[in-house]
Amino acid sequence: MSIVSSLAPRSGRTTELILLLGAVGIVGLAYVNLGIATTGTVPPGLAALGVGYLGVALAFHVVLRWRAKYADPLLLPIVTLLNGLGLVMIHRIDIARGRDITEGVALRQLMWSALAVGIATVVLIVVRDHRLLRRYTYIAGVGGFVLLLLPLMPVIGNAEFGSRIWIRIGPLSFQPGEVAKLLLAVFFAGYLVQTRDALSVAGRKVLGLTLPRARDLGPILLAWVASLAVLVFERDLGSSLLFFGLFVAMLYIATERVSWIAIGLSLFVAGAYVAFLIFGHVQTRVLLWLDTFSSEALQTSDQLAKGLMGMAAGGMVGTGIGRGRPDLTYLAESDFIIPSFGEELGLIGLFAILMLYVLLVERGLRTSLGTRDGFGKLLAAGLSFSLALQCFVVVGGVTRVIPLTGLTAPFLSSGGSSLLANWTLLAILLRISDHARRPLPDEKDASAVGDAQTQVVKLR
Amino acid sequence: MLSELTLTVLRLGLLILLWVFVFAVVGVLRGDLYGTRVNRRATPTPARGTPAPPPGEGRRGRAPKAPKPARKGPTRLVVTAGALSGTTLPLRPAGTLIGRSPECALVLDDDYASGRHARIFQSDDGTWMVEDLRSTNGTYLGATRLTEPREVAAGSVLRIGQTMLELQR
Repeated sequence: MSIVSSLAPRSGRTTELILLLGAVGIVGLAYVNLGIATTGTVPPGLAALGVGYLGVALAFHVVLRWRAKYADPLLLPIVTLLNGLGLVMIHRIDIARGRDITEGVALRQLMWSALAVGIATVVLIVVRDHRLLRRYTYIAGVGGFVLLLLPLMPVIGNAEFGSRIWIRIGPLSFQPGEVAKLLLAVFFAGYLVQTRDALSVAGRKVLGLTLPRARDLGPILLAWVASLAVLVFERDLGSSLLFFGLFVAMLYIATERVSWIAIGLSLFVAGAYVAFLIFGHVQTRVLLWLDTFSSEALQTSDQLAKGLMGMAAGGMVGTGIGRGRPDLTYLAESDFIIPSFGEELGLIGLFAILMLYVLLVERGLRTSLGTRDGFGKLLAAGLSFSLALQCFVVVGGVTRVIPLTGLTAPFLSSGGSSLLANWTLLAILLRISDHARRPLPDEKDASAVGDAQTQVVKLR
Repeated sequence: MLSELTLTVLRLGLLILLWVFVFAVVGVLRGDLYGTRVNRRATPTPARGTPAPPPGEGRRGRAPKAPKPARKGPTRLVVTAGALSGTTLPLRPAGTLIGRSPECALVLDDDYASGRHARIFQSDDGTWMVEDLRSTNGTYLGATRLTEPREVAAGSVLRIGQTMLELQR
């Protein structure tokens, strides 16, 4: 026989601090490894960079102690490690391409990281309660759709590498889809919390699936049309899949009806197949995916083939950081950072990184289980699912599970908009987890309200 | 050659440390099953009378209100039928609020329950009481509908809407 007793809740902040030191230590070791492998000496800027990175992480930690004492202690260390490893790999590719540290991508990425952490702290301080976000449900929805479709605008929209997912204003280029992900998650959570009762009303039962009523199909059709528009006009399967998958997953979480997943998947497959039949660029992607090594495909792009060769060269334990040639692959520091890690850290290292993602998503879903309000549940689950789906699309793309698309690996890849969006996502998850783990207010507070005398509240 | 050796040590060390980190995180997860701990009892029969006070917290402890872990009364609430069937939560002396509102300790997913439906609390003399908070469809203790706070004990069965609740020791 066993008894279940509740413990005094632990905030876990000390655990977080220890893990954080470990994470920064591992990043430092990777950096030293890179220096010794390329120049034979410990890199000169190690102390400055290490202390700087530690400082940024500790600043976030202190803000958590101050403003979200009971937030999940594992999220921040995992993300710190991922971001740091990404920095080291980007720096490594800078070196291979002969770029100096001052003009390389790595320094820019470091500045973006610091900025992203800054914005995440501000979000954490300003948003005292995630339920505040529910007030902006429809604003977030409109903002999200606008951002998603912004690259289609004639002047600022900018097509690079075959997909039209950037906007460019002067010297600044930005990938709005990443921020749209956040806003749409807020919108879907707020919207579904209101309408889930209607959407989960059972209709007829066909083959063991309870199908929804025809008139409840409106929202999913709208989301489907928007995601197909992204697929066709922005030529980006990744964003389209991410956005539609997020909606279907949140619909499922809100209503517990498997039929929504069946409907969503069949809609997406049908839409994607029609797009494949009609549009040339979709056919190219599929050709690169199915026949990567055919001469026809290699003429178009040998990027995927080189990435695969790189991972094969890495083998089980990898060539070691600084000893492989990941730079041979085009975009090795952003879309193809996963093969870069596969080559230099091997299967063992790559799986450690994938495990970090799994743990990150697990913490997010755990937060969703733990929190008690419907909006927070849906938001946390949606945000963590979007992370998971993004990892699937990225890793699946470079390993030929699905057609390759241009999404970034969260926290690892080079790219400012991705970092900003994902650190903000982390801040929101931390806020919700603080709410989920905070002990219930004690009896004293509860009785104080009951004992207070009734007063006349003056209403003007 | 020395450099080559250092490099090998560094690169394998990095892989090992990465996995050590992963396992450290998993280790923290294990101990973090959200504020509950499952203890095996040494003896299968529950001890009669008051359990021994935990060391360091003698009778003269400063807080007279310190929750005496329920002398004979129930300690937890189990949902035995309804949408949340299988859910267990510990009873708190200050009161456990049951209803559909998110502020409740047990948030029911039951169309026949009110926002704040009922409350289970420990009265000043230590007995456990259940009280209906003027719900629409009422709270039933056994077969009778509650009109005033009633005493409950381990084994009492409550019905709220389509949800059956049982108090257990």
